[in-house]
Amino acid sequence: MRPLTAPPKPRAIKDPAPSKWGYRWQRMMLTPGFRSAMRVGIPLVLIGVIAATYFSKEERRTQLAMQIEATKAAIQQRPEFMVTDLLVTGADEHIVADVQRVLPLDLPVSSFDLNLEEMRATVAALNAVEEARVKIGEAGTLTVDITPRVPVALWRERQTLKLIDAGGVYVGVVEARSDRLDLPLIAGDGAQTHIDEALALFAAAGPIATRVRGLVRMGERRWDMVLDRGQRVLLPEVGAMDAIRRVIALNEAQELLKRDVVVVDMRNPARATLRLSTEAATAMRRVSETGTDE
Amino acid sequence: MGDLYESQRAMRNMRKAAMQRGVIAILDVGTSKIACLVLRFDGPEQFRDSDGIGSLAGQSSFRVIGAATTRSRGVRFGEVDAMQETERAIRTAVQAAQKMANVRVDHVIACFSGARPRSYGLDGAVDIAGGTVTDGDIGRVMAAADVPDYGADRHVLHAQPVNFALDHRSGMADPRGQIGNKLTTDMHMLTVDATVIQNLFFCIKRCDLELAGLASSAYVSGISSLVEDEQELGAACIDLGGGSTGISVFMKKHMIYADAVRMGGDHVTGDISMGLQVPMATAERIKTFYGGVVATGMDDREMIEIGGDTGDWERDRRTVSRAELIGIMRPRIEEILEEVRVRLDAAGFEYLPSQQIVLTGGGAQIPGLDGLAAKILGQQVRMGRPLRVQGLPQAATGPAFSGAVGLTLFAANPQDEWWDFDIPADTYPARSLKRAVKWFKDNW
Repeated sequence: MRPLTAPPKPRAIKDPAPSKWGYRWQRMMLTPGFRSAMRVGIPLVLIGVIAATYFSKEERRTQLAMQIEATKAAIQQRPEFMVTDLLVTGADEHIVADVQRVLPLDLPVSSFDLNLEEMRATVAALNAVEEARVKIGEAGTLTVDITPRVPVALWRERQTLKLIDAGGVYVGVVEARSDRLDLPLIAGDGAQTHIDEALALFAAAGPIATRVRGLVRMGERRWDMVLDRGQRVLLPEVGAMDAIRRVIALNEAQELLKRDVVVVDMRNPARATLRLSTEAATAMRRVSETGTDE
Repeated sequence: MGDLYESQRAMRNMRKAAMQRGVIAILDVGTSKIACLVLRFDGPEQFRDSDGIGSLAGQSSFRVIGAATTRSRGVRFGEVDAMQETERAIRTAVQAAQKMANVRVDHVIACFSGARPRSYGLDGAVDIAGGTVTDGDIGRVMAAADVPDYGADRHVLHAQPVNFALDHRSGMADPRGQIGNKLTTDMHMLTVDATVIQNLFFCIKRCDLELAGLASSAYVSGISSLVEDEQELGAACIDLGGGSTGISVFMKKHMIYADAVRMGGDHVTGDISMGLQVPMATAERIKTFYGGVVATGMDDREMIEIGGDTGDWERDRRTVSRAELIGIMRPRIEEILEEVRVRLDAAGFEYLPSQQIVLTGGGAQIPGLDGLAAKILGQQVRMGRPLRVQGLPQAATGPAFSGAVGLTLFAANPQDEWWDFDIPADTYPARSLKRAVKWFKDNW
């Protein structure tokens, strides 16, 4: 019997030729510029369009911003990043107190919120501090390493005694001269700019150092060395060292300064001039009148 | 001829542009198959540093990076018959080749076998008055060749200078720079039907491709399958194609004659189909598997199942002996070869110093064809396979691809043709000058 169902028809051979548009599409895809545009450009544009549509509403933008902020805060507030301690090294307690005063820290604080360069500048701006290094060390410690200024002299300005370092920079205040007997005393306007000279003069004063009270800058150009018993050595503007050496030599040869001399004027290097005290002058006049010393 | 001159020149410029882009496609539009090769040009001197030698006769400068073949449709006798079908077949081949090459091609050089090619020998002479021969002189002497009236419906496909003679010295390949009084040239001109070219042009244009060159398939298969000394001494290349059989005669490395017989392998298949009452596809299959031209006693006993797709599968189990098949094929092949013989005789092939005959094309694969051809065409017959070119897949190295391979060589270094030389100044611009003067006269 013939089968009732029709035998399967042989499948018609498919036309191997590409359609016109398929052919064109393939050629387009083989064009490098078009190909890269399709593979990169269109996805980029799509992403851009989707993002723009999503963020066109105000609340979504704020929500995203808030989310970003929250994530940032969550990371920054992690205990690994927290600064819990302030350690000041290389300075005495006055400077430490100053540093703690000028650095407005309410610990603990995240290290992301600290501006180390600004803090360093603030600390270095303190008078007593020559140089400062700020770093966040291990275990959340903010370390401020300080090189303090070393005072080399006392400077009397009106009623206060100021400490100054070799550069003439004001370091601090002392209550009384007796607090820092180790430092020489200088005074007078413009004295602070010639500290080196003053220190050299103090050093040169060796044998009479115990008698030196201090140096006074006169007229912002020359020094007077003030000794005890109200004696003064007036030094010239130029060649002050030679002058003071001559004074010392005179003192050793003739014990000049033990005599009743008020002023030794060395301003003219060719001729040292002495001024006697009033009693000495009177006695001397009497001697010259009578020829005898009573 | 000016119009054609311009269009051929435009094609040459297109080819130059394609060379600069580095990619060009080769399209062999045949009756039984359409082959498309994609070539990449590297520049001739690319490997001089690493290899120490120049390119191998210019043939290492390109590489086949894509190859595709498809069954041809809509082509008869090597001519476009159904344009839509041909267009689709070309699209198939081009797309597959592009896909293999992974590059887009815009320029294509095509060859076809039909369109009733006709050869003309031209000669021209100019006086150069004792000066040296320049490019302009060569253009002039070619323009001086008197062109026969080949008909308004035909186009010049090739116009190649074959020989130059300066005074009494003949056989020069390149007379430039030499001194003489009279320069004469022999040219070979090949004309084909204009409508065929137009149809092919239109087909290729509809595939969004630009035609960068056209060649006769008889010529290009001669380039690829004749070895150099055969081209030098004189040989004929018989390209047994599907719908037509191309003949090209070479001498001194120039084609001097080309023709085509409008019969080919498809006619053999048609004969088998009619003789054995089988469909064309079966006939084609039987032909390729069992075909031959010389029957022996063994062939009487070798039975071929021809099947027959009549629907009555139980009873239609016809068989045929191979001797019968050969009996169908042989007369047709003899007819084709006889026709070729006539064309060669008409061309005066027997006067050439060497009469080598090279059979190529898909039809040359019939077993025993060389013996049959030797009886009809002469003793010196051999089977020709195309030259090896770089990157060509193994499947495309058979004799059926000699046209496509020859076209790659043609694309890589084409022979100088008439339109490669500038039109002499005294003919073309004089007219335009006259036109300009006329325009001034008319307007003022």
